[in-house]
Amino acid sequence: MTTSYRAADSESAVSSTLDSIKAAEAAHGEALGAIDGDLTVQGLTEPTSASRWWNLVPPLITFVAFIGVWYLYSWVRFDNEAQRRNALPYPHVVVTDGFMPWWDEKNGLRPILEYMIPTIRVTLIGLAIAVVLGVTFAVIMNLSKNMERAFFPYAVVLQTVPILAITPLLTQLFGEEMGVRLVVVVLIAIFPIITNTLFGMQSADQLHHDLFTLNHVSRMTRLWKLELPSALPAMMAGLRIASGGAVIGAIVADFFFVKGDKGIGYYIRNKQQRASERPEMFSGTIIASLFGVVMFLIMGWITTRAIRNWHESARAKT
Amino acid sequence: MTSTDTETADSGAVPTAGPALRFQNVSMVFPDGTHAVDNVSFDVHGGEFVSVVGPSGCGKSTLLRIASGLTKNTGGICDVDLSSIGYVFQDATLLPWRTVQRNVELNAELQGMDKATRAEKTKAAIELVNLVGHEAKYPKQLSGGMKMRCSLARSLVLQPKVFLFDEPFGALDEITRERLNDELLRLFQSEKFAGLFITHSIQEAVYLSTRVLVMSARPGRLIGDYRVPFDFPRHHDLRYEPEFAELCGRISADLKDAHT
Repeated sequence: MTTSYRAADSESAVSSTLDSIKAAEAAHGEALGAIDGDLTVQGLTEPTSASRWWNLVPPLITFVAFIGVWYLYSWVRFDNEAQRRNALPYPHVVVTDGFMPWWDEKNGLRPILEYMIPTIRVTLIGLAIAVVLGVTFAVIMNLSKNMERAFFPYAVVLQTVPILAITPLLTQLFGEEMGVRLVVVVLIAIFPIITNTLFGMQSADQLHHDLFTLNHVSRMTRLWKLELPSALPAMMAGLRIASGGAVIGAIVADFFFVKGDKGIGYYIRNKQQRASERPEMFSGTIIASLFGVVMFLIMGWITTRAIRNWHESARAKT
Repeated sequence: MTSTDTETADSGAVPTAGPALRFQNVSMVFPDGTHAVDNVSFDVHGGEFVSVVGPSGCGKSTLLRIASGLTKNTGGICDVDLSSIGYVFQDATLLPWRTVQRNVELNAELQGMDKATRAEKTKAAIELVNLVGHEAKYPKQLSGGMKMRCSLARSLVLQPKVFLFDEPFGALDEITRERLNDELLRLFQSEKFAGLFITHSIQEAVYLSTRVLVMSARPGRLIGDYRVPFDFPRHHDLRYEPEFAELCGRISADLKDAHT
């Protein structure tokens, strides 16, 4: 999730958020798979509500096991309570000291949520920019082989450049406020959108192309009525990947750019500085990860809305 | 059923104008050197239904692609009015994101037919192929046979003079296939187009056609030409008549030679 930019003990925080996301993905996938299995040719049958609840059991077991391992490791690894609290506090301590009080101006959950607002804003605006630019570039590359040759290698480079390593350059170019944060989000999110959209358009069925050729259509009609609809499922898959990247980008940007509206990354970074505030670091990270999960679920929902009627992968009409 | 029963001479024997489709010494050599079609000549008139049978890879489909303009022949002349062609693919090739209704109107929409006319003709075409009541369904909700009927309707909307079929029923089960054969016969009698039909099945070719052409293995040449004498409308028991079997047998013998 949040890459390895700090010492070893924050790594467990990273892996914990990773695990919670994976668990959520697994739960989501389970539900999709179960419903897909019930598709018939003539109609779409609904799974019973009982089987839907049963689908929640496996991820729940994973979650309980994960919390158990957390307790166990923390218990074995540290000798006394003070040490433990400052390195890897027990999960219930994260709740009592990290999340509680639930509604206080300075401590607990409320400041975390307040720090989330700029993060959410940067993520959504950045993602929107990435979609517009990414789809536009993909369309251009699809229209002209030479354009593809000219741009595609650099789209790949964009993906491989370690963005954090060039933060001084980014600061020079875009300052340290909202603008540069958006740049980071766009840089991370645009690649999967470009590649998936391009791939989707290029995998339009050859016989469908013949069909359009027989009707003597213009290039734009072919793009609009054949290639873009064909690309929609792949585009949505790209958007899902991009949305996860966008969240990471928005959080990580706070670690390096400290002016303007500070987001949850700034909060987490601050809490990392002092060992006594370790529970707050965890609670901030958990909320940030939950946002990532919510984004993932929203993208899944949009995908389902967009293609459920016609694509084989889409879930049944509810 | 339509009211063509009264006319007996309905086998396209009295064409008033020239042929709807004419192949004159057509040859096709692909850039990679594959010699697909060699010196093929024949005409198809309105009201004629011509089937082409031949071994796999003999250039039957290439013939059809040339007729439709999708592929340009390297030799000879292919004369056809490209503005009035219906093409039915091996696969139904429905756009999965469009409903039956929107798929059927696709050709008309792409060719810029105005909305009112389009709606009217789409409705008529859907009635012709018996898909009434399924207009709002998406292709993934249809059976293979229904998809194919939807595909037929899409071409019917334009009321083409020439109808090209590229093994349209090859992927369907026997029962569905025979039912669609009957529907196609019915459409042929009511719409009076010139049909060119590619198939692997001799029975299907004889059952549907007024004329059957046999092609040799690559490079494809015409090695057999049969008039099919049976009257319209044809009843599906025709398949079990001795004359039917006899004709199939002769074509089959030709095809055996074609492989050598």
